[in-house]
This record gives sequence, structure tokens and C-alpha cells, in this order.
Amino acid sequence: MSSKDAPAAPAERKKTTGLHKGDIAPGVAKVDPIIIADGIRRTFGGLTAVNVDHVEIPRNAITALIGPNGAGKTTLFNLLTGFDKPDEGKWTFDGHALAGMGAHKVARLGQVRTFQLTKALGLLTVLENMKLGAKDQIGENIFRGMIPSLWRKQEAEIEERAIVLLKKFKLDAKSSDFAASLSGGQRKLLEMARALMSQPTLVMLDEPMAGVNPALTQSLLDHILDLKDEGMTVLFVEHDMHMVRHIADWVIVMAEGQVVAEGPPDQVMKDQAVIDAYLGSHQDVDLGIVTGRIEGELNTAAIDLAEEVKDLDANIAKGKETGK
Amino acid sequence: MDILQILSNTGSSLIAPATIGYALAALGLAMHFGFTGLLNMGVAAFMAIGAYGYAISILTFGFPWWGGMLVGVGGSIVFALILGIPTLRLRGDYLAIVTIAAAEVVRLLFLTTTFDEYTGSADGLSGYHASFRSFNPIPDGTYGFGPWEYNANGWWVRIFGITILAICALILWAVMRSPWGRVIKGIREDEDAVRALGKNVFSYKLQSLMLGGVFGAMGGIIYALPASVNPGVYVTSLTFFVYTALLLGGAATIFGPIIGSVIFWGVQTLLSNLLPALVNIGVLPFMTTTQSQTVRFILVGVALMLLVIYRPQGILGNKKELTFVK
Repeated sequence: MSSKDAPAAPAERKKTTGLHKGDIAPGVAKVDPIIIADGIRRTFGGLTAVNVDHVEIPRNAITALIGPNGAGKTTLFNLLTGFDKPDEGKWTFDGHALAGMGAHKVARLGQVRTFQLTKALGLLTVLENMKLGAKDQIGENIFRGMIPSLWRKQEAEIEERAIVLLKKFKLDAKSSDFAASLSGGQRKLLEMARALMSQPTLVMLDEPMAGVNPALTQSLLDHILDLKDEGMTVLFVEHDMHMVRHIADWVIVMAEGQVVAEGPPDQVMKDQAVIDAYLGSHQDVDLGIVTGRIEGELNTAAIDLAEEVKDLDANIAKGKETGK
Repeated sequence: MDILQILSNTGSSLIAPATIGYALAALGLAMHFGFTGLLNMGVAAFMAIGAYGYAISILTFGFPWWGGMLVGVGGSIVFALILGIPTLRLRGDYLAIVTIAAAEVVRLLFLTTTFDEYTGSADGLSGYHASFRSFNPIPDGTYGFGPWEYNANGWWVRIFGITILAICALILWAVMRSPWGRVIKGIREDEDAVRALGKNVFSYKLQSLMLGGVFGAMGGIIYALPASVNPGVYVTSLTFFVYTALLLGGAATIFGPIIGSVIFWGVQTLLSNLLPALVNIGVLPFMTTTQSQTVRFILVGVALMLLVIYRPQGILGNKKELTFVK
């Protein structure tokens, strides 16, 4: 799909600009950073998965983290949220030093995440999933839990909040079903809605679009944009470049564990380092046209690619002949 | 073949202290396995610690009966902590291996002759009844009807056991309907998701292990209350029997473990009476009466397999809530 065919957004919302201080470069300082990370390194045996010298995530903006497979995006996510421990490095969230802090404490500070492989709690109902997200529940203490009069009032408030969110995410009709009965896309929505129950300041989404059908994509994008309007900060990992262009205010590009580029999406997509490392020079070329299966006009990039393909074919044919 | 006697024995087993003991242990296991998803294979150890804690503190240290029970329950909490702190970071199957090993360690510690003075090693312990019986409010005599005819001490043990069972079931029901229970069920489904929502998963799992452990210890105490503490009881197969009772009733239910234990013991008693009788009258010519006692344990194994395959939710479980199918 080329960018021309991308579904038009119903109402283009303004991007947040002027997030950085000074010249744009990997690790540039931000005007109002929510996360400041320094010297984060994580190795798995001989492999350095993450090696980030300095990175700052701007507050009240949507930041995309992109990069090829194995670039260390999810590992960085896990480190920032306390699900993994770095070999070295320190980082702050909203002024709190987070290094060495457990995942649940990080979440309590208002930094909540979702997972690449959706984690809906299958044998809890949709409503129970939502209620679980709320913070500081009196009844979550075993002794106080035994006395309903202590937590009933809070429980009612939580339920009210959950129903409002479920309505917004169009899951209210499913509220008493087991989460296991939801479709993949609905589970993504549920996971996001559940994360919002904790009233976070930073929402971290790991591939929110993976496996979501195009019809649902638009509403999911709107939900993410709404988060910004409500004063939250969003950091997400995504491979879908249209989504990144469409909603991100700032893009951070990782490759081989390092931040190789960052900037506003339009600028970053033109960066030669990013094109080489991730996008490839033929990002807008329809493969069907190149291989001749679909009639269409080839632009210069596509002509180059078609020639490359021909050369490769010729080489392979040669190799086969000499092989025999 | 005395059919009346067989039925009478079977009826009597329905409220036997052993049945109540199993029900309590299965209730604890429902907490561990059914609700929290902890594959605890050390049920026998929790029961042993309860029973030995009770008997040793009475026999060796002269505690009153309630003091002995507190020691047994306290011991199980300490055991849950020792077991839980290093192992609850492990996932599913690893926890099963560690708990089964820990249960064997506990059993062998009670069995070794080194502590014979306190544990009675292979002979076990007995003769600790005076204190408990002295609190018996029921006047001497025989009460009841049909299969359920017991003397004052027999009724005192049963009434006490059923009361404890009711209290434990009430506690389990109260905590599982609370937000605490919601977190616990969430952990069963996916602990990382729950962690990402700001819950201290490790602490919740430890609490679950302790609460279920207390139920298990009470089960061990009730089991040993009318007769003696016998180290041959607390073997790994006890754990599997409790699992059978639990799965029979429904792993993630409150009444399931209780009903499961009653049915388990009812069927066990029926078979242990019926099979030898059938052998004696020549209906089962291919086996001896001794072999027929082994056959009933084979049948338990077959029943466990059939249950897990065809009715994993148990008798009372929600059909949609299959803990085995994910």
C-alpha cells in the first residue's frame, strides 16, 4: 500500500512541535522531558541488545520508537518499565530515579505499559479486567478485602469509571463476557483501556497496531491521539510507517541497540541513516508492480529496484547453471 | 456379602475426620492452584507440618490443644515463607518440581530416627488426645443413627472439624470475591499483565501460599485429631489424592473441594469394602482380596485422567472457566 492509498484521517489533528532544544541529533535535549535515560546498556551473553547513551522522551507528546527487528526496542521498553534490569545505566521518570525499581512500583508511579503479545486476562470478565487496572484499591489488601463495607464505595466508583472507558472503546456490550472470548483487536483495545484505568501519566504501547484490522486501526489511532489531548504522554513501538507519520509528534529510530536518529516524523523519514537502517530505499514501491504482477507506473526508485531484481535473478540463474 | 455393612461404612466415611481433613487440604489447594495458578505439589508437607506441629507441641512441650493447633498453623506459615521466597519467582512447572522435593524433605525429616525423641520416626505419634477431649462439651454416650453413630469423642472431632471447614470456606469465599481475589485470579491468567498494572505479584503469591498452607495444616491436624500421626500418610500420593478430590469438585470453586473430598472418600470406602467382598463371593475370580485393594488406587488414577480430559472444570466449575484449557 502506498502512502496515497492510506485512509484519510477524518479530522487532521495538530502535531505538537518545538519539542527539542538545539540542533536535532540522536540524544537531543527536550524542552520538557518526562523520561531522561543515560548510558543504558543491556547485554544477553555476547549480544548487546541495548546501548543507549542518552535519550529523552518529550512530555505530553506522542513519541514513536521505530527500528528494524532486533534493534532493541522492546528490550528498551522492558528496561524502562522495570520488567528487565540493565547491566548499567540510570534513568528518571518524572523526576523519580527508576533504575533497579520493580515493574509494579514503576507502574504505580504512573508509567503503564501494554505488551506486544496482548495480555488480556482470559478467564476474568472484561469488566473485571478493567477494575483490576485501578490503582490504590482498599480491598486489594487481604484483611480489608474480607470486609466489603470498607471497599464497596470505592468499588462502585471504579466500576463507574470502567464503564465510561468501556463505552469509549466500544466494549461495553461485552463487559460481562470472559476476555478470552474477545477478538484479537478487541483484546488490544481492552489492554489499552485497562492501562488507562490506572490514570497514568505515561502510556507505553508495544506495537498497538499488530494484528488489528484496518477498520479498527482508525479508532485505535484516535484513542491514542485522545490520550495526548487528555494530557498524557505516549511512547509506542510500531512498524507501521503510516501510523507513525500520522500520529507521532516525535520519532526515535533505533538500530543495533543504539539511537541512530530522532526528530519530527517528516524529517526523520528523509534521514539517510534511517532509510539505510530501516525503511529501505524502496519504501513506497509496490512490490506487485516491480515483479510485474500488477500493471502500474514505476517511479525512479521502483525502476532501480526492478533492475536490481533482474540482476539478482540473472545471478541466481547463473549460479544454478554453474552449479549443475 | 454384607451389603448393609458396606453401605454403612460408605455412609460413615462421608463425615469422617479424614474426609474433613482432605476437604481442608483441597480448599487450600483451590487457593493455590485453582485461583492463583500455583502448581503446588507439596500439599502433603503442609498437612504433615500441621499434624506434627500439633502432636509434638502437646507431647513434648505440654501445650494445650489449641496451642498445638496454633503451632501447627504457624509452622505452615513459616514453611510457606521458606518455600515461597526463593521459588515463587519460578514459573508453573518449576514450582511443581521444587514443592514436590520440599515435601519429600519435610517427610524424611519427620521420618528420620535422628529426631526420634520428638517425632517418633517410623512409629509416628499418638496419645495426645487428653487435652482436646477434656474440652469436649458433649456428655458421654453414643449418639446418632444409622451409619452415623459415634460416641462423644467421635462427634466432638467431627463437629470441630466441620466448624473449622466452614470457617475456612467462608474465609476463602470472602477473600475471593474481594478485589484481592481479583488480583489473585489475574495472576493466574498472566502475572506480567498484573505486574504492569502496579500490583506486587510476588507478595500476592506469597499471601496465597500462606493462606492455602494454613488451610492445609488445619487439614493435617483434623486428619490426625482422632487417632495418630503416621509418617506413612504424608507421602506424595496424598498430594495426588488431594488433587483428585479438588479436580473432581472444581479447582476454582469454594464448595468444589469439599464435595470432591466427600465423593472421593465415599467412592474409596465403597470400593475398599465392595471389591474384596466381590472377590470373596467369586465375582472377580482373577484377583485376590489384597490385589483388589491396589485396584482401587489404579481406579483413582484412571478417574483423575478422565476428569482432566473430559471435565477439567470439575462438578461445580464454570464450564467456560477451564483452568486446564488456555
